Amino acid sequence: MTQTARGTGSDLGVGAGVPRPDGLLKVTGEFAYSSDLYLADMLWGATLRSPHPSAWIRAVDVGPALAMPGVHAVLTHEDVPGERFYGLEHKDQPVLAIDQVRYQGEPVAIVAADHPETARRAADAIVVTYEPREAVTDPRRALFDPGCPKVGPEGNLVRHQPVRVGTVPPTAEVVVTGEYEVGMQDQAFLGPESGLAVPAEDGGVELFVATQWLHVDQDQIAPCLGLPKDKVRLALAGVGGAFGAREDLSMQVHACMLALRTGRPVKFVYGREESFFGHVHRHPARMRYEHGATREGRLVYVKAEIVLDGGAYRSSSPAVVGNAASLGVGPYEVDNIHIDAYGAYTNNPPCGAMRGFGAVQACYAYESQMDRLAEACGLDPVEIRVRNAVSQGSRMATGQVIDSPAPLAGMLRELAAMPLPGSSCSPDLRALPGGVAQTTHGEGVRRGVGYGVGIKNICFSEGFDDYSTARVRVELLGDEPHILVHTAAAEVGQGLVTVQAQIARTELAELADLGAARVTVAPADTSVGSAGSSSASRQSYVTGGAVRAACVAVRERLAALRAEHPGLGPAELLRAHGPVEETREYRHRPTHPMDPLTGQGDSHVQLALCVHRAVVDVDVDLGLVKVVELAAVQDVGKILNPPALEGQIHGGSAQGLGLALMEEIQVRDGRVLNPSFTDYLIPTILDMPPMRLSILENPDPAAPYGLRGAGEPPTLSSTPAIAAAVRAASGLALPRVPIRPQDIALAPAAPAR
Amino acid sequence: MDFLRPATWAEALAAKAADPTAVPIQGGTDVMVEINFDVRRPPALLDLTAIGELGDWELTADGLLRVGAGVPYARIITELGDRLPGLAQASRTVGSPQIRNRGTVGGNLGAASPAGDAHPPLLACDAVIEAESAARGTRMIPATGFYLGVKRNALEPDELIRAVHLRPATGPQYFSKVGTRNAMVIAVCSFALALHPGERRLGAAVGSAAPTPLRARAAEEFAAREFDWSGATALDPALLARFGELAAEAASPIDDVRGTAAYRRHAIAVLARRTLTWAWNDYRGKAAA
Ligand SMILES: Cc1cc2nc3c(=O)[nH]c(=O)nc-3n(C[C@H](O)[C@H](O)[C@H](O)COP(=O)(O)OP(=O)(O)OC[C@H]3O[C@@H](n4cnc5c(N)ncnc54)[C@H](O)[C@@H]3O)c2cc1C
Repeated sequence: MTQTARGTGSDLGVGAGVPRPDGLLKVTGEFAYSSDLYLADMLWGATLRSPHPSAWIRAVDVGPALAMPGVHAVLTHEDVPGERFYGLEHKDQPVLAIDQVRYQGEPVAIVAADHPETARRAADAIVVTYEPREAVTDPRRALFDPGCPKVGPEGNLVRHQPVRVGTVPPTAEVVVTGEYEVGMQDQAFLGPESGLAVPAEDGGVELFVATQWLHVDQDQIAPCLGLPKDKVRLALAGVGGAFGAREDLSMQVHACMLALRTGRPVKFVYGREESFFGHVHRHPARMRYEHGATREGRLVYVKAEIVLDGGAYRSSSPAVVGNAASLGVGPYEVDNIHIDAYGAYTNNPPCGAMRGFGAVQACYAYESQMDRLAEACGLDPVEIRVRNAVSQGSRMATGQVIDSPAPLAGMLRELAAMPLPGSSCSPDLRALPGGVAQTTHGEGVRRGVGYGVGIKNICFSEGFDDYSTARVRVELLGDEPHILVHTAAAEVGQGLVTVQAQIARTELAELADLGAARVTVAPADTSVGSAGSSSASRQSYVTGGAVRAACVAVRERLAALRAEHPGLGPAELLRAHGPVEETREYRHRPTHPMDPLTGQGDSHVQLALCVHRAVVDVDVDLGLVKVVELAAVQDVGKILNPPALEGQIHGGSAQGLGLALMEEIQVRDGRVLNPSFTDYLIPTILDMPPMRLSILENPDPAAPYGLRGAGEPPTLSSTPAIAAAVRAASGLALPRVPIRPQDIALAPAAPAR
Repeated sequence: MDFLRPATWAEALAAKAADPTAVPIQGGTDVMVEINFDVRRPPALLDLTAIGELGDWELTADGLLRVGAGVPYARIITELGDRLPGLAQASRTVGSPQIRNRGTVGGNLGAASPAGDAHPPLLACDAVIEAESAARGTRMIPATGFYLGVKRNALEPDELIRAVHLRPATGPQYFSKVGTRNAMVIAVCSFALALHPGERRLGAAVGSAAPTPLRARAAEEFAAREFDWSGATALDPALLARFGELAAEAASPIDDVRGTAAYRRHAIAVLARRTLTWAWNDYRGKAAA
């Protein structure tokens, strides 16, 4: 996407509410998504997927498919030109299944045909002989039962990360325990996996694709194609949402294989149902927690066992486990910690990156525990959190010292002081649980208020070499100074294109202030260095940092030129000298691995806090919930673009609401039961309430502009806040999210706590 | 795939007779989804949208409302909400504004999904479906005899639905539907109630809790027998509770991704008690006035 806008540095610079260039196009339906890609002579790809969660493949007969008119190629693992495995952190996932399938929906064969329906019919015509075998679907059994069949290459353990701090005394004055469960959430982006691979004259391939990180795709695709990286060129196509689901490959290698085989462009677009099998999901979690505290509610120790079901392949499970462990006690000061976080291989759908990434699951559990502790100590939920809150200078579970502002206690007090919404005696059904479906006129409805606090690491952790690259060029176009910003950073809807232009305007204000300077953000592709992933709330920080660094370098070059040619204005300088271009890589400060036995280490770059208060009305007879209001306080260090930021907080909160109340991929015996938006429910405008926001700007001196990544933290704390509010309204323990109507309506008469 | 677009009702019947496998399409909100999901690929579509009269409704000489099969939900809400409040409330819960602009009661009947929202109010209000074929002419099918199984209805292969006949409300009517979110949701279960005080009885029907939508006969008979239809008194809580139990017993729900059988039974009892309370209060209010 290209953005060109006119204006001065100040009203379009950092901090301004610059409108996004894609906004109008998206709401009017004119935005070109990757699924809209089209070339006149292109073929359509289709994928044959395993119906079994676990089976041997005894034979594959592609003959019937190849015999169909209009079919140009049918490929299996035997046709993979290069390496047959790929993966984000570890190459364990076959491009196409070889001798076995490990999850329902695993790709087995691919087809290119001249019509999408022909391609699908041909895929259906391929005859695969499976020998189904026992599917491993219980992650605890996978991990702890030595007799359990092995799903992963070395067993069923993806990662075990302990955290050991102090000693865990067997008792404290007050002890609360709990077992919690988080269901499998889906990113539920609206734009399904899609892209177009075009064979190139040099024997390489060009891939236009909706992804989160072009270069990591390139790194994985090229070896599978047996091509050098420079022959696999990627350009970002319009992305219809991501939330982590585009971090792993889906159709990329398949499209390129078919394009190279047929010599024709090949396009893939997954259907909605296929999409549910085409990307990783959020890890379901089972967690046991024990919190010990003094009678005054000060934490003495935390013990936890966190089991994350990674499904059939590794994906980013190790990093998810790392987050769950390092953030497993939350933003609280605790002297004694004993955490064991595990990632398991099973034959369930593969799980990987999703907004909040391991921190979400732990947050739901530790916040539920803080509420139990508050009750046990006779304290208010806000007070117990304030008493244990971290602040600048506190030590995390990893021993890492929080070295930038972390004013959690103040955030909580501000949140608690916000006015509460009035009671809903409105005759408008839309204000009641159930909405216009008219399940109540007020009968059975009880109000509840709950709080949630979350802490999220920003950027990649644990020693990852995390950087971004920006190329900035200033030149005269039509006799006007013009700024071109080029990065490979994926705009996934978060507003990054806008922010890059804002940074350029601020840093090159001397040009922009001429009033005539234009800023263009070039489409993202692999002809510039890696920008890293649009994930971990990191792009404003890292790509923002790179754009700023490149702009500063350009500014310095211009200053030097000016010194050589005093008296020349920017336009004259550029005319005399020609374009000025600089490329910079930006790295945040280094991080370190967690100690494998103790979990200690400065593993994170930056930590971000968000706190939520939820007000809900619960129909306790039917178990239906209306979230009346969500209020949040978040410290973002520096606001770069107010509406874009608010959008992130609203959206993150909505996704957390979905996890609390409705979003779950239901899996039974390794099979997905609800792969559709008919039955995988995400919040509508009637479910997501208006929000009251307070956004703080306590700068992080280590970060560009003092900013703190903002996209994920609200996804953490909204879920436990809503769950707490539903508990307050119903008096029930509700140890599992999403909370289903029957969990409330059919709960045993005596409250479970 | 052939796309047939008759301009008149007679042409439509002839086309359906000539090719009984042709699939009628009105709003398309079921048909197009099935085609898109590759559930079926009919040899021919029979587009009914050019037949203007299907989009009309009228008050017949015998005082019934005859609602054309092609009247969309949005118009039932705005144009018939006062006379068919139960059906209008159900219409209001269907999908989103876009779906209510396209989707029709005729299509709901054609699809005959157990979760279809129009069905319980049609049953509770003693609706009659006007079906027609070129060969045998008009056939009036009571709603109670229309739903034969999951997505199976009483239409013959050469028949089309022309209209639905309903008496304008003779008393309070309510529709309630449980879904796991507050809008745009398929019913986990639903309940419709229509009081007919003049006949000292009520109609009650359950949706999405059995292979077909169905009337809660035992609850209806109980109400006719036990309630004080003079409208002088409030309903005894024990009567309400029993009514709820009987409504729930009418259902034969299953466990599925939308909810458990136990929850559905429980929820139907709650909905039955609540809708009855609202309707009875309205009725007493009227009776007292
Ligand atoms: C996003 C979405 C949300 C939805 N939400 C709901 C909901 O909340 N509640 C609900 O009940 N439904 C819902 N539906 C389903 C659908 O909207 C309804 O069933 C609607 O009533 C169908 O009407 P239609 O006119 O669009 O039917 P069509 O799709 O045109 O037809 C439906 C069926 O009826 C047959 N048919 C149509 N007209 C005739 C006729 N005159 N004679 C004989 N057969 C005929 C067709 O052949 C087909 O089998 C939803 C659908 C979508 C896509």
